[in-house]
Amino acid sequence: MAERAQPLGAAGAVGIAAAAAIPLLILLATVAIIRVAEPGSGLTQADWAAIRFTLWQAFLSATFSVTLAVPVARALARRRFPGRGALVTLLGAPFLLPVIVAIFGLLAVFGRGGLVNSGLGMLGLPQISIYGLHGVVLAHVFFNLPLATRLILQGWQDIPSERFRLAASLGMDAGAVNRHLEWPMLRQVMPGAALVIFVICTMSFAVALTLGGGPRATTVELAIYQALRFEFDLDRAAFLSLIQLAITVFLALLAYRVLRHPGFAPGLDRPLMRWDGRTPALRLLDGILILFAALFLLVPIASAVVRGLPEVLGLPQAVWVSALRSLCVAGASTVLVVALSVVMALAATRLRSQGSWIETAGLTALAASPLVLGTGLFVLIHPLANPESLALPVTALVNAFVTLPFALRSLVPACRTIESEYGRLADTLGLQGWVRFRLVVLPRLRRPLGFSAGLAAALSMGDLGVIALFADPDTATLPLQVYRLMGAYRMDEAGGAAVLLLALSFGVFWMLDRGARRADA
Amino acid sequence: MRIPSLGAGLVLAAGAATAGDLPELTVITYDSFVSEWGPGPAVEAAFEETCECDLNFVAAGDGAALMARVKLEGERSEADIVLGIDTNLTAEAEATGLFAPHGGTVGDLDVPVAWEDETFLPYDWGYFAFVHDTSLENVPQGFEELAESDVSIVIQDPRSSTPGLGLLLWVKAAYGDRATDIWSALADNVVTVTPGWSEAYGMFLEGEADMVLSYTTSPAYHLIAEGDASKAAAPFSEGHYMQVEVAGKLASTDQPELADRFLAFMLTDAFQAIIPTTNWMYPAAIPDAGLPDGFETLIQPAKPLLMSAAEARAARGPALDEWLNALSR
Repeated sequence: MAERAQPLGAAGAVGIAAAAAIPLLILLATVAIIRVAEPGSGLTQADWAAIRFTLWQAFLSATFSVTLAVPVARALARRRFPGRGALVTLLGAPFLLPVIVAIFGLLAVFGRGGLVNSGLGMLGLPQISIYGLHGVVLAHVFFNLPLATRLILQGWQDIPSERFRLAASLGMDAGAVNRHLEWPMLRQVMPGAALVIFVICTMSFAVALTLGGGPRATTVELAIYQALRFEFDLDRAAFLSLIQLAITVFLALLAYRVLRHPGFAPGLDRPLMRWDGRTPALRLLDGILILFAALFLLVPIASAVVRGLPEVLGLPQAVWVSALRSLCVAGASTVLVVALSVVMALAATRLRSQGSWIETAGLTALAASPLVLGTGLFVLIHPLANPESLALPVTALVNAFVTLPFALRSLVPACRTIESEYGRLADTLGLQGWVRFRLVVLPRLRRPLGFSAGLAAALSMGDLGVIALFADPDTATLPLQVYRLMGAYRMDEAGGAAVLLLALSFGVFWMLDRGARRADA
Repeated sequence: MRIPSLGAGLVLAAGAATAGDLPELTVITYDSFVSEWGPGPAVEAAFEETCECDLNFVAAGDGAALMARVKLEGERSEADIVLGIDTNLTAEAEATGLFAPHGGTVGDLDVPVAWEDETFLPYDWGYFAFVHDTSLENVPQGFEELAESDVSIVIQDPRSSTPGLGLLLWVKAAYGDRATDIWSALADNVVTVTPGWSEAYGMFLEGEADMVLSYTTSPAYHLIAEGDASKAAAPFSEGHYMQVEVAGKLASTDQPELADRFLAFMLTDAFQAIIPTTNWMYPAAIPDAGLPDGFETLIQPAKPLLMSAAEARAARGPALDEWLNALSR
């Protein structure tokens, strides 16, 4: 099909400008960091320790998450039971779960006064401590085991059911199926899943902030925060940011190379029957695995809810005010994501095959971790104004950047489909500009847009990163408030605030995602 | 329903209007000072009785993080007074050039050092100590004994917390060049390092560690406020490092006279009488009524340690590197 001449239009032009502005802002922040960075006497022993700890905890977190995910994904792949669909959906929930809420829950289960230690105490066994390396890895596995399970489960589902049929007709048992079908699939899927989780864990700030402790359990991101907030040493914060940037960019490039797997030739999409798994022992094993995975996920959240729910109504005013502040930040962030992603997706559609750089431009936002970007903005703002007075706008902006790649990922293909299916018709009818967008594009874009908006709102609502870098005592958002209440050991109020945060995060997601679907129906 | 709430709204608006007419004095301080059981609320009420002003406390983490905030805000700060750094940080604070001289004459003080500082005034003092539950067996009597034992401790980060910095200088003052060895040996006793005193003390009370770095006066809180005699401070044979907590006026203040009045008020009985049973420290000028009952039960360190402000400033950087290196291994 010949490419029809497509006027770029005002929206397209804005989209191109937006797409160019993102790498530009990242570049500006990086230049600001480089200009200020003061390597001093080079890397100190403590810096090396931070780098080592960052990589080591990420390695352990990725290894445990993926290794544990394999049996769980296999169990889910070969069993059908009521609630299986709900459980698979639930595996996506940690992505929206505010980190500080999960940590509150993990402390309730694995902390000194928690369920696990009470159990150990009753058995007369020594207590475990959640602070330090094992706590950080535990929290990361909590967040990433579900992700790994979903990625690997996808791998299982990509094996055409005909292959299992063939395996069954050849009389293969579970071991043989594993050797001939499952292991080759896992060899392709596991490294990618592990790498994604490794990258996520090198950038996770809130977990290290709350569960890391002391110079032995400090990540590079935590060291940036300490340099800025403990010592107000901008030079050092900038220098550490460069180290973090180097780590992230290196890993991102590595991931880009690794994350391309060919997959199986497609089958006929027949329902999957697993004859090899029909032994009582394997059934029992799979049942236990699924139960344990579900408990590991649900018990911490449930404990947080049980502890916090009765406290919600009695929360002090400061908590409600910070909740309002968080809603404003989430709202601003969502509007920004929606506006940016729509104009960028439209521009990418108009530019056709030349438009792929627009999505890549959005991805550059991920190269700088939120904390590094925050440090860059801090360094840029400080000579001009008190960064604390801009805490909320900066938080909204950085949060929008983090969600943008996800929004583009769903909006760009949707826009392209709409254009290829309805573009000619709209051209024939002479629909252009705003009218075309309103009548043709928007109604068909509603679902991915609602999902992206929900994602942006929920992620921004629960974020505990840049805000910790910028906020003064009077402008805490709700996640920061939970962190502070936990720090002051006001656990009842912290629990109440955590439940409020949980409800708001999932509430805004549900409202936007469902709202768009309902309007669609 | 509507009319009463409208009435309440008017009352609130009127209240806000009166508060708006009064000059406002902003004091930034550490978290525990403004907490509901800390000195903040009582001090605010006492000063507002006479000052015809609105006294406003803002919490900014622990004492050393307070210093970072002052540097961050620089001359843009809306605060008038910084309350809660100690003599280990005054030289560093002075060097920022952000503080103005207190200008007052210093009367009789009950702090254990001669007071010559022209910028900062002390409001309380105490001895650092490791606090433990009396059920703990074989309580260590010094750093070496502690390091050899398997007693777990929670300490504070010297970069963000004045007790954390105090511990750093305590080990330095007691052991000099051997400080690194002591820290290396202590590393496996440290459960975690918290950003501030509040977090550490909270963790200790929740049972996360056997001992916590606090003050010889901390057991008085449990004894007097809770009638609980189960907490004690361990006397260390090396001696105990002291802390003298101070306040100073920012040069950028828009209320210089009010700020001076607050600093003067700080050393009167009205303020000083609040300190022992809210901040749980020794007052800088003991009020006429003396110390509250229960304080006589506290241990009295035989060998007080304290570096001068200049010594502390010079020692801080190298000692911090030693600490980071020893604990990050």
